[in-house]
Amino acid sequence: MLSMHLAALTDGLPDGVDDASALVDGFDDALTHGLGRLGEPQAAALEALAAALSAAPLGPAIAEAAAKAGSGSPSEDGLGLLAAGRAALLGAVHDALLGRFDTAAGRVRAAWDEPAPEPPGGTNLLAGARSWLHEVAVTGWRGVGHDLVSAVDPTVEALLADPGSRRIAALMDGLAAELRASSPVATMARVPARRWGDLWSRPMLLTWQDGASGGRAEPVSGRLLPLGVDVHEHPTAVQIQVHGVLESGEGKRLVRASVSAGKVDTIVGPAIWRLLDDFPVLLAALAGQRAVEIDGMPLLPGGDLLWSEDAADLGESADPFATARLQLDEATAPPVPPLERHPVRIAEPVLLEGYRVDGGDLVLDDHRLRIETGNLPGSGPLTPELVRASSTCVGLVRWDAAGWSLRPLAVQAVVKKKPVTAHGGEWALGPTDPKIVKAQAKSGDAVAVLRERAGRLLRK
Amino acid sequence: MSNEDADDLAWERSAVVRVTPSAKARKLAKVPFVEMADGRLQGVVSSGSDIARVYVSSIAAETHAFSCSTNNNRPCGGLTGGYMCKHLQSLVAEAVLQYGNERVGQFLGIEGDDLNAGLRDGSKESAPAAVVFNRFLRHLAYLELPARNAPVPEMQWFPAGAVG
Repeated sequence: MLSMHLAALTDGLPDGVDDASALVDGFDDALTHGLGRLGEPQAAALEALAAALSAAPLGPAIAEAAAKAGSGSPSEDGLGLLAAGRAALLGAVHDALLGRFDTAAGRVRAAWDEPAPEPPGGTNLLAGARSWLHEVAVTGWRGVGHDLVSAVDPTVEALLADPGSRRIAALMDGLAAELRASSPVATMARVPARRWGDLWSRPMLLTWQDGASGGRAEPVSGRLLPLGVDVHEHPTAVQIQVHGVLESGEGKRLVRASVSAGKVDTIVGPAIWRLLDDFPVLLAALAGQRAVEIDGMPLLPGGDLLWSEDAADLGESADPFATARLQLDEATAPPVPPLERHPVRIAEPVLLEGYRVDGGDLVLDDHRLRIETGNLPGSGPLTPELVRASSTCVGLVRWDAAGWSLRPLAVQAVVKKKPVTAHGGEWALGPTDPKIVKAQAKSGDAVAVLRERAGRLLRK
Repeated sequence: MSNEDADDLAWERSAVVRVTPSAKARKLAKVPFVEMADGRLQGVVSSGSDIARVYVSSIAAETHAFSCSTNNNRPCGGLTGGYMCKHLQSLVAEAVLQYGNERVGQFLGIEGDDLNAGLRDGSKESAPAAVVFNRFLRHLAYLELPARNAPVPEMQWFPAGAVG
């Protein structure tokens, strides 16, 4: 990304983004308040959301659901429709923002081919989840307390046990953990209304559509050149998402490989890699900055490889900075599946060079981009100091209420007059920094201790 | 609008913000499980002498009534009179490592920084160990979930180390 790209990216917001966001804010305020006891302003906010969608196929149904919710008796189906309306607005915001990025950065993106619809799963478990989400919406975040949070435990436990429901399970477990720690919510100084609105409406939609995989996977073969790894975690789940360029017969494509595992809150920092030891080739590629030779691995239309160790062989050294420099501009980006379209999904790999860091911003000529130094994962060697001292970075361009930002995946810096390179996935096979090794030795192997306890106590 | 109000508004309108601080790494060998839930600081302490035995220890918020027994409801031998046994002391110490002194003190309703002093007003009670032990087993069961290779797009809301 050159300074002119950065200038084009950050030159005001695309039309309509502010208006759509304001409609979502209105819905989120209603959800904070409780749909069972809406005042006039909240009922008006729901009507405004419905009015904005009046031309959409679901428009009339959403208008009816908004009216019903406004009168204090929202049905489960009605809440599903309102969640769909909220998601449609945020989907439009996503499309506008991603379009802006693609234009600014000159990224070519493949078109989405709508796959044949899949029959809904519709298990009793999903009905249980829906009914809890209904109760939460009627109550409102401000009314949530320990009893309501605990009521979801059996549902989440059953969803976790069902491999087909892992998406909704991970999401609802993460939401429940935040609500539990915040209960009673009435005593909170401020409510994360947009976040919880998101964490409420996505599972609401998944209770109708879980299991939809985002299209049919096709086997691909070629060479995967990793760019870096993004780590996602809440107390009881961890996911690593590897971004890379896949070179195959059909040219160069941007792809991602995501693997996830269950965890507990006491497994943090570098210990998380141990939970993913079913994927030794993937971890070795991250730890050693190596390519991976792929042979017949399934690839979803949205650009997600369904990682299979059997279809992966560790390849030659492959410096992510070289990959970013030489391959990124030529690689075609995948389309985003409609159900995933939400600004939080935007995570576009880029290379930035020759910048300086001023306060919290990366500065290239006169153009600024906020750099996320406050949330660097503890699982790798990236630190705020290192990022501030850097002048080259492979990172992900993201967007949130505060605007565009860069999440660093790897940096080149000069520290004490010596060049230093750090990759977020460097410790995938264990930390390489002696200080961290020592700290880990002192605290012991958390995963091993808990697995021993599980082995002894769970199967009695 | 003041800067602080503007910050609050941006926080309320952001998809990715840190709602609760993440737990700190600590040694798990002695106290594999601590939580603040159901109005108690509660957890499981491994027996120093028998590898297959664990103690379930808990302290109620506000009243500070405490209990300690094996997972089979046998009373802890160390819990005589009005004093906390070594399992309960370990529970408090490890909770402080995991959550920080302030959060633990707040949860238990203790004013000031000295948790041990603040807990002296509690007395022994018998609390059922089974509920806490089951929560521990449920906690361990997360590690038994098979790792998955399909993307979970929803995890985008939970970046590692998120702050806000």
